[in-house]
Amino acid sequence: MTHAADLPGWAALLTAALVLVGAALALAGAIGTLRFRTFFERVHAPTLGTSWGTGSIVLASIICFSVLGSRPVVHEILIGVFITVTTPVTLMLLARAALYRDRAEGSGNVPAHPARRAGALKAEQDRAVDGGR
Amino acid sequence: MSRVLPYPVLTAALLLMWLLLTSFSPGQLLLGAIVAVAASRAMAALQPAKPRLRRWQLIPWLVGIVLLDILRSNIAVVGVILRGPRDHSAGFVAIPLDLRDETGLAVLACIVTSTPGTAWIEHDPGSGVLHIHVLDLVNEEDWVALIKNRYERLLMEIFE
Amino acid sequence: MTAADVLLWSVTIAQTMLVVAMGCYTYRLIRGPRAQDRVLCLDAIYVCAMLLVLTVGIRTGSQIYFEAALIIAVLGFVSSVALAKFLMRGEVIE
Repeated sequence: MTHAADLPGWAALLTAALVLVGAALALAGAIGTLRFRTFFERVHAPTLGTSWGTGSIVLASIICFSVLGSRPVVHEILIGVFITVTTPVTLMLLARAALYRDRAEGSGNVPAHPARRAGALKAEQDRAVDGGR
Repeated sequence: MSRVLPYPVLTAALLLMWLLLTSFSPGQLLLGAIVAVAASRAMAALQPAKPRLRRWQLIPWLVGIVLLDILRSNIAVVGVILRGPRDHSAGFVAIPLDLRDETGLAVLACIVTSTPGTAWIEHDPGSGVLHIHVLDLVNEEDWVALIKNRYERLLMEIFE
Repeated sequence: MTAADVLLWSVTIAQTMLVVAMGCYTYRLIRGPRAQDRVLCLDAIYVCAMLLVLTVGIRTGSQIYFEAALIIAVLGFVSSVALAKFLMRGEVIE
């Protein structure tokens, strides 16, 4: 860790704080997945690590290398953007898969399928029309 | 113009990414520009629906709001996790959306899911009803008002 | 204790926290109970590994780790999406 001595004090302290915050958020998310009881609660936990957890470690890396190289190094931002865009996609697909599986088994308190809900509504209306006739 | 560069924003983003991944030099700029133009024309061959940006000036404002909200809900969710699993009530919320633009819906989905504490579950394009899962559900109306007033109105201004 | 020492120690503590986080996710990965929980944990483990590689980069002051982190992020995304798709229909390619 010889390069750390080249960093000015403020940059080293800022990097240290950001790295700690990011890792703490990731750890909090991991503890969350252990403590929550249902899958839909657990879906929320990893987003701690992927939103500001990743954000602050990426920021720490940007500050560290920009000050070391005394020129702006911003390519780490690509990781931040990539994680921000891809994590919701993964989580949405997983949530839909979980919804599909729960519905297929008829278990869990999940909202009913929209087509089935609409179908039930239509059947009700048909019955009302039949009754009126 | 539109035949050479069918997706100007995509081309610019690809070129920027190329320059970030490599170091900046005139040669890399040229090579990146060639790759970006070729890739965006390949994209045009796929014929995706072209998103329309009505008021792109509002995008920085939206990004700022979202970053701040994510920060706030990070703190809230860490609080929920530390307080223990029994101390909150999670549940589904149904929100009737007026937003119909596909790009706007995709952006809303990314915002809702990347915010800790809310997750996009299902959207029915027929009725426009969106189901989200909320970790710390106190009042359903608050969440409906939050999504509709804070994000949906802004997204409708940008995309519709 | 200089600022460089503070940085060294906090990076060490952060790496420990990330490894503990990966341990928690691994426990949930093994425990389950459902397949979707396991895929969720696998995705989160990828993100933690990516963050760990970034902190190694800060520790060693080498830019090479950035590319490793980017590759881990890309592969993690692709594999999680493939697994989520598999859960939805039981087939990856329809």
